[in-house]
Amino acid sequence: MGTGTSSLSFPHRHLLGIEGLSPDEITLLLDRSESYVEQNRQVDKKQSLLRGRTIINLFFESSTRTRTSFELAGKRLGGDVINMSVQASSIKKGETLIDTAMTLTAMHPDVLVVRHPESGAVQLLSEKVEGAVINAGDGSHEHPTQALLDALTVRRRKGRLQGLVVAICGDILHSRVARSNIALLNTMGARVRVVAPRTLLPAEIERLGVEVFHDMAKGLKDVDIIMMLRLQTERFHGSFVPSIREYFHFFGLDYAKLAAAKPDALIMHPGPMNRGVEIDTDVADDIDRSLIRQQVEMGVAVRMACLEVLTQTLSNTPPVK
Amino acid sequence: MTARTLFRNARLLDPAGGLDARGDLLVEDGRIAALGKIGPIGAAETIDCVGACLAPGLVDMRVELREPGAEHQESMPTGGLAAVAGGVTTMVALPNTDPVIDDVALVEFVARRSRDVGLARIRTYAAATKGMKGRELTEMGLLAGAGALAFTDAGQAIADAQVMRRALSYARTFDLLVIQHPEEPSLASGGAMNEGEVATRLGLPGIPPVAELIMVERDLRLAELTGGRLHIAHVSTEAAIAAIRAAKARRLPVTCDTAPHYFALNETAVGDYRSFAKVSPPLRSEWDRRAVITGLKDGTIDAIASDHAPHDQESKRLPFASAASGIIGLETLLPLTLELYHNGHLGLSEALAALTCQPADILRLPAGRLAVGAAADLVIFDLERPWRIDADALRSKSKNSPYDGRPVQGRVLRTVVAGRSVFVQQD
Repeated sequence: MGTGTSSLSFPHRHLLGIEGLSPDEITLLLDRSESYVEQNRQVDKKQSLLRGRTIINLFFESSTRTRTSFELAGKRLGGDVINMSVQASSIKKGETLIDTAMTLTAMHPDVLVVRHPESGAVQLLSEKVEGAVINAGDGSHEHPTQALLDALTVRRRKGRLQGLVVAICGDILHSRVARSNIALLNTMGARVRVVAPRTLLPAEIERLGVEVFHDMAKGLKDVDIIMMLRLQTERFHGSFVPSIREYFHFFGLDYAKLAAAKPDALIMHPGPMNRGVEIDTDVADDIDRSLIRQQVEMGVAVRMACLEVLTQTLSNTPPVK
Repeated sequence: MTARTLFRNARLLDPAGGLDARGDLLVEDGRIAALGKIGPIGAAETIDCVGACLAPGLVDMRVELREPGAEHQESMPTGGLAAVAGGVTTMVALPNTDPVIDDVALVEFVARRSRDVGLARIRTYAAATKGMKGRELTEMGLLAGAGALAFTDAGQAIADAQVMRRALSYARTFDLLVIQHPEEPSLASGGAMNEGEVATRLGLPGIPPVAELIMVERDLRLAELTGGRLHIAHVSTEAAIAAIRAAKARRLPVTCDTAPHYFALNETAVGDYRSFAKVSPPLRSEWDRRAVITGLKDGTIDAIASDHAPHDQESKRLPFASAASGIIGLETLLPLTLELYHNGHLGLSEALAALTCQPADILRLPAGRLAVGAAADLVIFDLERPWRIDADALRSKSKNSPYDGRPVQGRVLRTVVAGRSVFVQQD
């Protein structure tokens, strides 16, 4: 049971990315998450650990599941959660982002959960505020809580991360989920592959410590975990793939392509899914193979753990001024 | 019952294997069963070649057949007749038809028509971008699966560098070839012929040779960046050939072809506004013409394609700048290429290689070779026989040839596809 009273050692003020976290720090977050999984299955899901704390969900990009997940996490820990949605298109960049940060800082939030369409924007904001900042996704850079919830989901099912072969498939180019997962899985000793058409792979991706494939049959051969990514057409500038039909034919996950993986290989997807684009409906709904629903459940637990460890590291003395 | 045909007493020429020897060739059930000295064989149809050359049928990697959409200019049956009369046994159609071949169903249409027509084998490219509009990629994976040999926007350059980069990169995902028309459109826009003294005297807007070089150099860089396989169509300038030569020396996966008019003619053929000499890219200077021959000699240019582009009289009988670009070439491909041999520029085997095994290799086609087990696609020709090109006698439905009246040497006597004689010379 998560009581939130154990002594923690998480030396970071913010959670901006997986890059830079040690295996021990990741393990700590996963272990703490584990206890919240149980709590979230109880009738009474609420604690008072964050009583008096203010959490602001600051979303510059539309999101339903991540924002809801953070909101639930904050509320279940007894904190006060406020949602702020700012349409990125309606604000000017740079200066206005910092202005927003300064305005919010004046309200003394303890945690800012921030999503922004531009890579690096969350870090920029973190340099200007007093509280802790959790990156809920910045551009195509990082989405650390997604990687943590994916890791928790896998660890609970497979018992380990070390030594697993994980294939991340699809739109790697635009994916912050892929970058965070590559960092986490490599840190924890898994073997990572990426599978995509060349137009959806960033340059020199192999330098991130992954094996690169352009063919699903080869890329999925003998893997333990398949992570499918959404085709992020809203981030496309121009034509990266010719059509949905062709994309699904060569890179969409169906049972025929799944056959190359290990018989007990499991399927994940960060959502929202495009059925019939990157994943076949039957595969997505296969209760024996698909972990997609569990991922959502683990999301709340992981975000509770992140809020817990970051508020523990926050100084209890209020900031001067 | 095995169908057997014995071609006796031929000069067997296989440029891929370096064979040039007197001998016989036996065809069984459409395939080459034996070649060399073959004794009398019972129950076989025997054709005496009387010492004529017997070579692999020509592989013409660049033709426009106008079907579907402009069947009044050419069709697969008329283009097929022209092909076999020219010794061409496999030709590859460009996708600039109406509609543009950018869809699996249209690739399948070409395959079905090829079977129905039954003359030369007709294969097709598919467009690299949807509608050849230069913006969105076509379904290269599915199109290749349906039989598209490579991807090109035909006579239009893929102008946008980002689109070209993605085309090469995406094609490489499936190990496919992208073919580019090498011309920077913003420099060629409005031009009617090669920029220079002749254009100036005629008062025609010019297309600078550097328009070709700029596109070739850009695409070589993009091929290097992406690792994609690039083929540059109909190179026509000394500078572009030099750039390709240097790229090949750096082992880039690049190939190129040219067309007979770029070594058989130069810009002076435009003469008195002869629209039959209007082609794209335009006929160049004498220096460029010689550089094309040098490029063929040293292997920089891999293949010679006819660039067969039929146009009706209404498209050509216009003021020069308004006239359509392109000339027919299927029936003149072999004799014009043999000029390079007769003039001492190329060996016979080298000249034939550029028409047979080399284009086949670029397109990974099992064609262009005399080998046991290979399809019996053959051309029998009299290397020395002189004749005069008569545009009206050409089989193509359109007669837009600038070579009318030109004396040439080398006459196709018989063309064989899958062991079947599809053309026999009557004169």
